[in-house]
Amino acid sequence: MSAIRANPMAPDPWRIERIRRETPDTFTMELGPVVGETTRPFAAGQFNMLYVFGVGEVPISISGDPTRGTSLVHTVRAVGAVTRVMCALKRHDVLGVRGPFGSQWPLREAEGLDVVMVAGGLGLAPLRPAIYQILARRTQYGRVALLYGARTPADLLYRRELYRWGARADMDVQVTVDRGDNAWRGNVGVVPRFIATAQFDPLDTMALVCGPEIMMHFTLLELQKRGLTAEQIFLSLERNMKCALGFCGHCQFGPFFECKDGPVFRYDTIQRWFGKREV
Amino acid sequence: MRGFDALLPEQVFFQGMSPHALDTIAGCASNVRFAADEWIFQEGEDASRFYLLRHGKVALKAFVPGRGEVTIQTIEAGDVLGWSWLFPPYQWHFGARALELTRVIAFDGACLRMKAEADHDLGYELLKRFSQTIIERLQATRLQLLDVYGVHA
Ligand SMILES: Cc1cc2nc3c(=O)[nH]c(=O)nc-3n(C[C@H](O)[C@H](O)[C@H](O)COP(=O)(O)OP(=O)(O)OC[C@H]3O[C@@H](n4cnc5c(N)ncnc54)[C@H](O)[C@@H]3O)c2cc1C
Ligand code: FES
Repeated sequence: MSAIRANPMAPDPWRIERIRRETPDTFTMELGPVVGETTRPFAAGQFNMLYVFGVGEVPISISGDPTRGTSLVHTVRAVGAVTRVMCALKRHDVLGVRGPFGSQWPLREAEGLDVVMVAGGLGLAPLRPAIYQILARRTQYGRVALLYGARTPADLLYRRELYRWGARADMDVQVTVDRGDNAWRGNVGVVPRFIATAQFDPLDTMALVCGPEIMMHFTLLELQKRGLTAEQIFLSLERNMKCALGFCGHCQFGPFFECKDGPVFRYDTIQRWFGKREV
Repeated sequence: MRGFDALLPEQVFFQGMSPHALDTIAGCASNVRFAADEWIFQEGEDASRFYLLRHGKVALKAFVPGRGEVTIQTIEAGDVLGWSWLFPPYQWHFGARALELTRVIAFDGACLRMKAEADHDLGYELLKRFSQTIIERLQATRLQLLDVYGVHA
């Protein structure tokens, strides 16, 4: 999907146009191109390499709307050297962008089917473009469910949108937290629990899953309990990346390179390696 | 109002139980409703019943000094509430409070224990189902305790 570039390792400058704080350590930024291009099309599920000049480069999923490709939207959690500096950037600061890279959520293949999306923590970010795209073509899909788990109510991403999606009659949104607070009247508990009662027909459903690996492990068990086969389940995985082009081997996962074969995999293709250490 | 003979086989918890066992269990059942914010039971009270939620939502609560009532888990339609009636000293370890109008089937613990003693096949069926629920809750609690969404540098 990305245009052929003279040097695929050279980042293009993109400027921060807007920043929104989602939670104490997570923010969403909208980037616009500094030179040349006006848009950079991407598919739901893909990621960019974001370069903080002089600090380093990290893979970050695109969390914006693929049907409105005027800016690049990324939701980032400050965890270490690069993302902490990124978190301190301000409007009009410039970042380097390479991408988009990687595989995408199978939204065409999911047409005519029910779709259940299961997100844990920051895993909602790479699923958000899929939600936008499904809602833009809502009649092409059967029942649509989003099951989202976060650590606490303060850690919920995209609150306003969650509320809006939850208010729709044509979407079943279940939000849960591991730890409630006194003001929280919603669900408390882990997200896989909600799979047993989510409204979908296991024979005709595609499941899209993204979150910490252990959460995905329990999610897979519950989806399979409901009768979904490994061919009906897609996961987005995270491994360390360097080149994002299939050259360096940093992101190797079994026989795959996550940067070009992933991050979205159909579960049956990676089942042998998923959940194993050091693959 | 439909009888328990019609309601019980619809509940996932009782799926696959023989009509005879269901009939015996139904003899200990009653239909109960809780208003929003009403306590279903409180920590330390006698655990004389268990509940199968038909409708609504319930919060399992623990009292933590300094923090007050903390919700440990929420429970929804189809879920079972309470297993302390099965094991001595038959006291609730947590409290349960309805978050909204909640309809449940309540089962008398003493009645069920007596019937299970007299009919071990029935007792085994009940224990199998409760063990499954307990395992699921244990796994879920472990996952919660792991704090999987946190940053672990
Ligand atoms: C395909 C792909 C998509 C990604 N999408 C996103 C995204 O949309 N938003 C986002 O914020 N991150 C995303 N990540 C993760 C992100 O790339 C890393 O968090 C980032 O590389 C960390 O870089 P750093 O230099 O700031 O931290 P480092 O200095 O590399 O790491 C600091 C410490 O934080 C821990 N850590 C690193 N990443 C995480 C994490 N994700 N969660 C918890 N602890 C972590 C590490 O164990 C390390 O000890 C994605 C990763 C991949 C491979
Ligand atoms: S990041 Fe270099 S091979 Fe994938």
